[in-house]
Amino acid sequence: MKPFTYERAKTPAEAAAAVARQPGAKFLAGGTNLLDLMKLEIETPRHLVDVQDLKLDSIEPTSEGGLRIGALVTNTALAADMRVRRDYGVLTRAIVAGASGQLRNKATTAGNLLQRTRCPYFYDPNMPCNKRKPGSGCAAIGGYSRQLAVIGSSDKCIATYPGDMAVAMRVLDATVETVKADGKTRAIPIADFHRLPGDTPHLDHSLEAGELITAVTLPRPLGGTHHYEKVRDRASYAFALVSVAAVIQKDGTGRTAFGGVAHKPWRVEAADDAMPQGAAAVTARAFADARPTDANAFKLQLATRALAATIAGGRSA
Amino acid sequence: MMSEMEMSRRGVLAGSAATAALVAASHVEAQPAKAVPPAKMPVSLTVNGKRHDLTLDTRTTLLDALREHLQLTGTKKGCDHGQCGACTVIVNGKRINSCLTLAVQHQGDAVTTIEGLGTPDKLHPMQAAFVRHDGYQCGYCTPGQICSAVAVLDEIRLGVPSHVQADVSQRPQPTNIEMRERMSGNICRCGAYSNIAEAMAEVAGAKA
Repeated sequence: MKPFTYERAKTPAEAAAAVARQPGAKFLAGGTNLLDLMKLEIETPRHLVDVQDLKLDSIEPTSEGGLRIGALVTNTALAADMRVRRDYGVLTRAIVAGASGQLRNKATTAGNLLQRTRCPYFYDPNMPCNKRKPGSGCAAIGGYSRQLAVIGSSDKCIATYPGDMAVAMRVLDATVETVKADGKTRAIPIADFHRLPGDTPHLDHSLEAGELITAVTLPRPLGGTHHYEKVRDRASYAFALVSVAAVIQKDGTGRTAFGGVAHKPWRVEAADDAMPQGAAAVTARAFADARPTDANAFKLQLATRALAATIAGGRSA
Repeated sequence: MMSEMEMSRRGVLAGSAATAALVAASHVEAQPAKAVPPAKMPVSLTVNGKRHDLTLDTRTTLLDALREHLQLTGTKKGCDHGQCGACTVIVNGKRINSCLTLAVQHQGDAVTTIEGLGTPDKLHPMQAAFVRHDGYQCGYCTPGQICSAVAVLDEIRLGVPSHVQADVSQRPQPTNIEMRERMSGNICRCGAYSNIAEAMAEVAGAKA
């Protein structure tokens, strides 16, 4: 691990200013992904601004009838919150489908959104990777791509966003609230938060340097039944090959987002309209522009089957 | 040079620790000019009820602080990447991977390690249950398994939901399938899983 200096910020604005001011500075929340990458020297911050004292660890109702989740609420606390379990079951289901109990106790809401890809070539510093080292090339294209993206990828990068929580937040139309170094705040729809790789795969998300996530807000509850179906190589503690987050109403209408298939949680609103026609109709629209590799084309059929299982009543909240 | 066949398991472990130390040292020496020099900071930890005031390189993980600075070697380093669970300790009542957190993040925190749960003369009920049910073979993962198991029963009591619940709006029950799901972050290459789940069920039942 490269040496770094460390400080604890007292307020969100102070933390944002501290990271913006110092070259090579990064925020540190739970650290479960950042520390892992620092040990491999994939992340090499020169300064860490620990945000644990910012008092962003509560879940409050909003005046619109939704919930405002503090950036530092742990994954365990968010999944266990009775309001989330009752009204946003897809979110609890997604969180408990990810990582391990130990990691969920430390990992935070904001950190989960910012976790980096698990592409094996990103993790191997001996291999070219445009995300880790812009311009070095992509060893995943033409390489071992079974776990990688089937849609939204580019000729520079076929990595996937690995998380579960954000897939549920995408289906719920959550909003990411931030503060910048100058104290200005903004609200980013979750649909616009994660980016597609395009020509700049080193950029995972739309945050500016020193911009700090302060909360994630959920709109009013959608009702319906909530589902998160995750298909993976082990029954527990493995990243998704394909996951399906869905909220389905009694009349068969609903909405769905897919994980494990793209550089961001994948939702196509026009595909939601096909929910009453069944899974194949939805995925035909959601994956119309798919560009799978020979090794991961199976994900397209898997997505249809996982959604079919979900519509048939799968793992609901 | 020893052949692979001649190398004992203990020799392999000691050898890889020494190699890791060499690699770490050469990394420090190989810093490019613009890199920051190693930084040290004070940190106070309460470990198993006893306060320790340390001054540590900021890079020191909680795991290395426990093992290398406080000589509490019960907590094990397996993968050092949060994948195996051998380093599991209980911090402020919650189990975490001590390898994936910096010691300086834990100023003032209360840490419980395997040494703090019980002693050879007075075993924690979970330690006694692991012995009774043969919940280990080589024993390397066992301290992490036991710290995790103790915290899992707390999580079930507190109603923390899990992936295997049919309805996450309900309270979880201490069933075998719950133990297995909740312990998935603790790997045992000897494969003592079924006995670990039985040890946990016994402790959960005794307290119910």
